[in-house]
Amino acid sequence: MSTLRALAKAQAVAAGLAQPVATVRHLHLSDRPLVVVPLAMAGEANAPLAAMVGAARDEARLLVVPQPRNRDQRFAFAAELAGIVLLYLDSFRGVSEAVPVDRGKDVRYRYVDAPQLLVPNPAGITFLRLFGRSTRFRRPDGDYPVHPSVPLLGRWLTFFAERAEHPGSAALVAMTEALTLHWATGQSAVEDLHLPALLGWLDPPPGSIGAEAAAWAEDPEVCPPAGPATDPDFDNRRLAPAMAAYVEADGDPAARSAAYAELERLLRGQLTPTWELMWRGVGLLRALPSGARVAGRWDGDKDAFTGYAEYVDDGGGPQPRRDGAVAAAVRLHRLERALTSYAVQRAYDDPLVMAEHRLTGEAFVGDVTLADPKRVDDTGKRPVLRPRIQVVTTEPVLVPVGATLYSPARPGQKAKVVFLTPGADGKTEVVLELSGGMGRGLTAPPGTVPEVGERLCFTTLSDAFLPAGNFPATEETPWTHGGPPTVGPVPESGDGDPAEEWT
Amino acid sequence: MTDTAQRLAEIRGGVPPRRHNARTIAALTGNPGCTRRAVLDSAGVDKPKLAERIGFPARFGQSRFAITRGNAFEAQVKADGGTELLRLVAERLGVPVPAGATWTDLGGAEDLPDRHERFRAALTGGGDEPALFDHPLLGLDVAGRRVHLEPDLVAARLGGRFHVVEIKSFPVIDGQADPAKVSAAAIQSAVYVLALRELLAAEGHDPELVSHEVVLVCPRDFANRPVASLLDVRKQLLVLRRQLDRMDRIEDLLGDVPAGFTADLAADPAALTAALSGVPARYAPECLAACELAYFCRHEARGHTTALGRPVREALGGIADVGEVLALADGVRASDPEQAEAGALLRAAARLRADALAGSPS
Repeated sequence: MSTLRALAKAQAVAAGLAQPVATVRHLHLSDRPLVVVPLAMAGEANAPLAAMVGAARDEARLLVVPQPRNRDQRFAFAAELAGIVLLYLDSFRGVSEAVPVDRGKDVRYRYVDAPQLLVPNPAGITFLRLFGRSTRFRRPDGDYPVHPSVPLLGRWLTFFAERAEHPGSAALVAMTEALTLHWATGQSAVEDLHLPALLGWLDPPPGSIGAEAAAWAEDPEVCPPAGPATDPDFDNRRLAPAMAAYVEADGDPAARSAAYAELERLLRGQLTPTWELMWRGVGLLRALPSGARVAGRWDGDKDAFTGYAEYVDDGGGPQPRRDGAVAAAVRLHRLERALTSYAVQRAYDDPLVMAEHRLTGEAFVGDVTLADPKRVDDTGKRPVLRPRIQVVTTEPVLVPVGATLYSPARPGQKAKVVFLTPGADGKTEVVLELSGGMGRGLTAPPGTVPEVGERLCFTTLSDAFLPAGNFPATEETPWTHGGPPTVGPVPESGDGDPAEEWT
Repeated sequence: MTDTAQRLAEIRGGVPPRRHNARTIAALTGNPGCTRRAVLDSAGVDKPKLAERIGFPARFGQSRFAITRGNAFEAQVKADGGTELLRLVAERLGVPVPAGATWTDLGGAEDLPDRHERFRAALTGGGDEPALFDHPLLGLDVAGRRVHLEPDLVAARLGGRFHVVEIKSFPVIDGQADPAKVSAAAIQSAVYVLALRELLAAEGHDPELVSHEVVLVCPRDFANRPVASLLDVRKQLLVLRRQLDRMDRIEDLLGDVPAGFTADLAADPAALTAALSGVPARYAPECLAACELAYFCRHEARGHTTALGRPVREALGGIADVGEVLALADGVRASDPEQAEAGALLRAAARLRADALAGSPS
């Protein structure tokens, strides 16, 4: 927790209202996100109970599992969900765009847009990940066949759950995380996981303050939890009798459909408030202008979507239960690079995020007081353009002489610290020598060198390309990591006996 | 009755102390610095009822679906005289699966002392052939009072050592389980290991005969087939022992409690609230998941930085009061010498925040 964010939380307490910690939106928000609100059956291993799904506020579809312990009904739910999700995914596979690769010598194609799934909270992501795990190894043939769409749904849900771990990806987003990325509430991080309470701080009803709205939202009687876990009281007093009625009505079609309707009514009542909150959250996020580098990160999601769609089309198999040593190392490295670049990009896009780095001495803002845009360094073999500028700042400058700084206003340009002169009035004069981003000639094109009077931010954070590490091939896994994987017998499907009793 | 016991009885009021179980003992390790909690728990006050009485009911309900599932899984694992359980545990411990083992179910309706005696005899009397003991009755001293534990638990004697076997119904999927549930199971198991060790030590046996490795039996993946895993609970044992020692010194803690303090449920709610406020608490957001009184303490901690979580408080330079944080940040209030550093940090943060919100360049 940065001090700046903590201060925003303290201000939220005093104001009774959440305070902004971002001035722009740091994640892509689709025009047509697929909102998924899942509910799970208590006590079971990720057994679906119900879900509300749809790509617009007035397109909610309710899926219900009247007997979650019944395996056939679980897979019927999976097939029904697959009908919605796969159709949604296919709607993004119409138009492609050409992307130059290999310095423009070649092109590749990717879909012009990608799907986006929104769930209420991180536990919702875990639910989808485990639901993907429980369905992607199922088979449409053999002893216990499922609908062919079920394993396909499993692979796609696994794809989305893996993307959700990728910093800066917006393919699968938990609403609580998206909101706390942009606003600080006057409650703790644990309490922020509860979507109704979080929105109570962000958007309290007229006449009440955030703390009151959040306390109201904590009572499961008036405000059902946002799932996937249900309220135990609801389970015991309402859901259990309704489920029992459904079981007892076996063989009596009229009673059965009445019992089903009652279950639907109960579950709709639990899901609808969260559904409404999800779209209120979408509305709050939409009201923020998008950060400059958000589209670039969304391109990464489009690439990933295109790549996985092609992999599935080519008959690729389901994701393994566990990564091998090399695959795990490559994945970890990729996530670390993404995390670094995501943090830098957010700071470049947003002065309020950059302020956190200014506070820790990794950045400062100052005014350009002198500029020599024509300066040429001819001490080397051939003369090179090296303009110098002087920046005066009132902030503490903690970087040493010789350090390389960057300005988000001109991210392709390096600024080397040449002189540091602290003044008596608490101001510091910083002389910077510029290189890059000014063309190839010995005269800088207009606008490439900061002018006197410009107010600029300089930081040690660099958004430059981070080279990828080198990893051995799978068959050359070093002995320290278990050695090359042995080609052993294919492990059993791992789901136990599908005919097993569940109760 | 000692002075301390007398004092605790007064705090509790005219009701018998609430019975501890492994879950409540395990919960004691959650926030060891909280005097309010240590005193109330030592006195055996019915905290759920107390919280309800003062208008801050706890929400620790359990779904009957979860209870049904847990019982069904346990019955399934223990079926057939524990044959399957014995195989699972032996294989996980890496010892040869014995041809058979004695199965002693110590559960029953008899009087407590009798059952306790039977278990003591069964555990320490026999040789070291493979044996499983279901529903053992264990005892532990908590705050100077003997607490009886009746766990749904199996103690297994294999290869001459005792192992606590805990059956839980949360799934282990691809070798991984919910970390929060695993750590809760680990600390509960540690309570049993500790009690078993004390029992052996009291009989003059080596307490180390009870292994610090606990066998956790859970359903595997998405089905009902059980899988056994080993949990090393040495760390939990240390934490537990430290907290139990601390509660043994409850006299010291009672020194911080105003004379005449009572949590007697028969008292007037307003009086109870006022009395509780006199006993220092250490609220943290984590309490919400562990202590029945947490909603009351949270209400009381409003306006304090601790209510926002420890990382927030630390990032604010350790200043306790939100109003003081903002006064220091605005420069309205000059900082005391010991707050000079925090004050400078907060002023810089406030200036940068205002600057950025007004549109400084990034």
